[in-house]
Amino acid sequence: MPGDIATMNGTSEPINVLVNGAPVAAAAGVSLAGLIAQLGLDTRKVAVERNREIVPRSGYQAVMLSQADEIEIVHFIGGG
Amino acid sequence: MKQADEGWSVAGRKFISRLVVGTGKYKDLPTTAAAIEASGAEMVTVAVRRVNLSDPAAPMLQDYVSPGRYTYLPNTAGCFTADQAVRTLRLAREAGGWNLVKLEVLGPAPTLYPDMQGTFEAAAALIADGFDVMVYCADDPIAAKRLEEMGCVAIMPLGAPIGSGLGVQNPLMIKMIIENARVPVLIDAGVGTAHDAAFAMELGCDAVLVNSAIAMADDPVLMARAMAAGVAAGRLAYRAGRMPRRDAASASSPMTGLIR
Repeated sequence: MPGDIATMNGTSEPINVLVNGAPVAAAAGVSLAGLIAQLGLDTRKVAVERNREIVPRSGYQAVMLSQADEIEIVHFIGGG
Repeated sequence: MKQADEGWSVAGRKFISRLVVGTGKYKDLPTTAAAIEASGAEMVTVAVRRVNLSDPAAPMLQDYVSPGRYTYLPNTAGCFTADQAVRTLRLAREAGGWNLVKLEVLGPAPTLYPDMQGTFEAAAALIADGFDVMVYCADDPIAAKRLEEMGCVAIMPLGAPIGSGLGVQNPLMIKMIIENARVPVLIDAGVGTAHDAAFAMELGCDAVLVNSAIAMADDPVLMARAMAAGVAAGRLAYRAGRMPRRDAASASSPMTGLIR
């Protein structure tokens, strides 16, 4: 469940971010890679925007999330 | 004797199959995979959407339709502004790592007709951002030429409204677009059954894009085969050069040498 990691982190208050328009609680200082893992997604099949800017896959580990970040995570689906 | 079909190319990529297929509207992913395989297509259109966070382990399109085997052509379906289209395709480029995209900016239902003002704006922004843009557009020879001059790598006029299955309603305009174009022209939207695809190819199109007609058929795999055959037959007929039309009968058997 989203939020589990945050509650395991005893030292800092969890942060709240918006992922695909829905609120998600995450541990303070979590990286984008950490969030994607928390959500159970495969990084090889998605693309991510943070506050309307693309984050290259190579940057997922280095990007630390902040309170109220707006994250979009997309993938390919059937279309014409 | 002329050689087998020489294929076509767009933005430096070569394709043998002249059938491009969509991956939408199928009842499930296994059927999608089976129909695309049967179509012989090498390029498939795909959409870009938010992942479903409530079911992160759900099977994804690329588990069934491998981006390693097929050239993914990400589209901008659902985008009604240039800004949305550019944002969507930047994400697609990051997800897939390629520049070849299908731009479509549509007007509202019930026509879903190409919004050419929005299409021009989005095409300019995408080209400036380094994309190779295959563009869905109105059956307007002037607009088509302008898109080509802007740098679009393929022109894709509609044959009939999206999902209508009415066949090519505008052969004269499509012919004019083809005769004026120096980039590939694909009929995108309107094909309903195999003879529509053949007809589009007989007009001289480089390829045909089909989604609904295959996905919505009772048997999508059979229809995919039919479309492949229709496209191949239409291309052969175009290369063969059809006989002149005439308004009078002309007997096929000689009228001389009859027994008396």
